[in-house]
Parts: sequence; C-alpha cells; structure tokens
Amino acid sequence: MAQLENDKPVDSINYGGEFQLTMLDKVIGAARANSLWPLPFATSCCGIAYMATMGSHYDLARFGMERMSFSPRQADLLIVAGTISKKLAPILKQVYEQMSEPKWVISVGACASSGGFFDTYSVLQGIDRVIPVDVYVPGCPPRPEQILDGVMNIQKLVRNESLRRRYSEEYKHLLSNYNIENDIKVK
Amino acid sequence: MSLSKITNEELLSFLQTAFGESILEHNEAFGLMNVYVPATKAKEVVKWLKENETIKMGYLTNIAAIHYPDNKGAELEVIYQLHSLTNNVRLRVKSKLSIEQPEIDTIVDVFAGANWMERETYDFFGVIFKGHPNLKKILNMEDQDYFPMRKEYPLEDRTREDKDNRFFGR
Repeated sequence: MAQLENDKPVDSINYGGEFQLTMLDKVIGAARANSLWPLPFATSCCGIAYMATMGSHYDLARFGMERMSFSPRQADLLIVAGTISKKLAPILKQVYEQMSEPKWVISVGACASSGGFFDTYSVLQGIDRVIPVDVYVPGCPPRPEQILDGVMNIQKLVRNESLRRRYSEEYKHLLSNYNIENDIKVK
Repeated sequence: MSLSKITNEELLSFLQTAFGESILEHNEAFGLMNVYVPATKAKEVVKWLKENETIKMGYLTNIAAIHYPDNKGAELEVIYQLHSLTNNVRLRVKSKLSIEQPEIDTIVDVFAGANWMERETYDFFGVIFKGHPNLKKILNMEDQDYFPMRKEYPLEDRTREDKDNRFFGR
C-alpha cells in the first residue's frame, strides 16, 4: 500500500497500526454465515414453532437473520417447515430454483424431512425428493431450541464452505440428480 | 325431544306420496332419515325437496360417496345431505351405483354449491356427474391417475421404502 501512494512519505500515513492476514474463503464465509436471509416456507404446525423461534423470546435475529425474505430472489436460506403435499412439491421446487446461488435448505420437522406420519397418497415423503437439503431438524414439531440448533449447523456449513464448491462437478451432479438446471459458469 | 317442525315419519310419508316406488329403502340412523332412490331419480328428488313449499330443504350440507367393494353391482353410494333451515330437519338421500358405470346426473343447476362437492366426489371416488360444467380434479394433483378413496388402493404412499413393517410391529 505504501508504495502505491508514492507522492506521500510513508510515515505520514496512518494505518491504525494493525492488519490481519486471512483467507478470502473465511472472510466471505463469516460474512455470509452471519447475515443469512431466510425464506420461510411454512405450511403447518412447524411453521408456528418457527414463528416462535423468530419471536422475541428465542430471537433468531441474534444470528444475523433480522430480515425474513419473502422473495426467493433475495434469500440465501430456504426454511421448509411443515407438510408438503405432492401438489405443492412443484411449487417448492420452483421457489428453490428462483433463489440465487449460493443457497442452503433447512428441513424443519418430521413432515418436511420424511413425510412424518402422513404416510399417505397425497403427501410428499420428504422434501429431499424434490430439492437438496443441507440440514434436517427432527421433531413433531421441533422445539425452538432444535430449530436454533439447525440454524447454527447451517451457519457452520456456510462458514466453512469453499468458494469453489458451487462451481464443482460434484455440485453440478447433485443438482442434476434433482433435474435442477445449474447455470453457474466457470469463469 | 326434537325441535324439528317436521318429523322423520312425516318427511318419509311426503316422499312416498310424491315418489312412491322410487323410494327403494329407508332407515333411521342417529335421528336422521336415510332414503335410497335410484340414480336416475336422485336429481328429481333433491330438486323436489328443495322446491317443496312445506319441506323447504334449501341447504345442501354435503355430497359424498362411499365405496363398498363387496356389494356387487352397487359398489358406490352417492350421498346427498340436505338440511331444511326453516323446519330444522335433515335428510340423507342416497343412490347406489355400479363401479363399472358410476354415473349420476349433476345437481349443479339445482344447488350451485354442488359444483365443488361433485368435483371432490369425482376426484376421490370417480363418480361421473353427467352435465357438470367443469368435472375435473379439485384437490389431488392433476396427474394422479386413480381415485384414492376406492378401497382397492392402499392408503400408504407406495414410493416409500424405509417403512419396514418389521420395525413397526405390524
């Protein structure tokens, strides 16, 4: 830096006297993990548990999630809370596809994770049949503490994710398993 | 003690006077009169009950169906639940249909509210309501190619392989 500003003497610039070396992955990971914008896709009683988690008592905003995004375009984290019927599955998939990369999915509760006790002709037996899921939260419905734990696990994933992951062949393969188009181009 | 202004017996005698042999069977369950009519007469009976000046069955509570796979030739039953708000009396009108030809006349032109009820009954049981303006699936997904409430189809989702009966004591 000092060499660039060659019109000034070096000792007149105040750098604050401190600097830090780190990896770009870690800086971006920390920034992403602490400012996730969740999109709640709440259909039933897990949605109520999720609302309690968002409320002042449990306060999900402590984790940098002050802003619920109800537009998929401006969301990083899809929180699916509740029973997803087979008729709703294509809509859920469309919402997921509308989210821009990087994106994460948390499946809250037994129904979203496996169909729960709705083992019936009309209910999707787990959202991982239509979209990839990062974290599953068990419970019927889960306690707000469990949802917080799931969110903290998502943050752990986000913090440690390599910036190259979304360009990787493995990720492309994962999305192609779900017939989701991946338009990420390797520069 | 009933608060109805018309008793079930009076209701039945009204119907028998008006339709005679067309009232095939009747019984009373939990204080409600059930009458069985031929599928060809069901619409006429419902219309008559609605428009009759004494009975005034002006409210269609529900249309539903039942599947009795063992009743050969009359596997499906369509049930019209009617309610007279004026007389505080209820009535079920039932029609038996064969599973090979589950057809009955629509009553949408009598009760407009029957539209979605008939679509639902079609969706779950495959009852064809002849003359319905828009008889297509209403609740299930469009590509479902069977009628899930018929008894030959299992309730459970058949795409699921992790529910092994051995682990559930079944």
